[in-house]
Amino acid sequence: MKTKDIAMLGLLIALAFVLSYVEYLLPINIGIPGAKVGLANIVTLVAIYKIGYKRAFALSLIRVLLVALTFSNMAMAMYSAAGALLSFIAMLVGKSSKKFSITGVSVLGGVFHNIGQIMVAMVLMETRELVFYLPVLIAIGTISGVVIGILSGMICSRIKVAF
Amino acid sequence: MKKNDLILIFGILILALFFYGGMTLWQKSHTDDSAYVEVKIDGELYGTYPLDEDIKERIDSPDGGYNILVISDGKASIEEADCPDKICVNHRAIHYSGDSVVCLPHKLTVTVVGGQDSEIDAATN
Repeated sequence: MKTKDIAMLGLLIALAFVLSYVEYLLPINIGIPGAKVGLANIVTLVAIYKIGYKRAFALSLIRVLLVALTFSNMAMAMYSAAGALLSFIAMLVGKSSKKFSITGVSVLGGVFHNIGQIMVAMVLMETRELVFYLPVLIAIGTISGVVIGILSGMICSRIKVAF
Repeated sequence: MKKNDLILIFGILILALFFYGGMTLWQKSHTDDSAYVEVKIDGELYGTYPLDEDIKERIDSPDGGYNILVISDGKASIEEADCPDKICVNHRAIHYSGDSVVCLPHKLTVTVVGGQDSEIDAATN
């Protein structure tokens, strides 16, 4: 890894960390566990498109760990990690298929993030009725995915020269 | 945005709507007067409370936190809790079979159970 790459990755991790904090401060609470805007996913998406899968994956994991250590606890980190992992795989598959633009990839990420979280909750809390949240969570993941995807696309087209 | 993106977005939304409708219908047809709520903490059954009796119960979780469960008009909700995110408090009151309120920080779930048993009873009678 070149010095420039290390600096870039550090910068992006810091950005993702801050966005997670901003998200934590947002007073959006509709009473549904796992429903989030997913601001930090902007950074993951931009990283996937600009610095490659491997580093984007490292960034995503480090962010989850940092957020867990700072704002919540390790139990809650299980949910975030499962969401982040499934979301990352879905975005990877979506991008590799070359069928979607960044918006479509982001929608896949948003939807699978929520699916991952609720599945871990179903297992950890042994309450399979949580499956009834799935349609609502999928719809929320789609809508937030569209917003995040459009934002990420705008960022990607503007920072072309920086890399 | 590509055409495929739009197909994906609307495809998912229609699918979600379809499942939502199906699940809602199932829930409504599987709920009757014998419905009760099941409170679980970390997967372990804590207690059950019938939905036709109004109660107000403080549920202490092993980690020192609490949630106050209220049942009135056949609906259950969490009125108060000391969890950091208050997602459980903001959740609408639940009534239909399968509905649940979740408090992730306290590992607590409140789930409506009702109807399935009475169906079996009706078949054996």
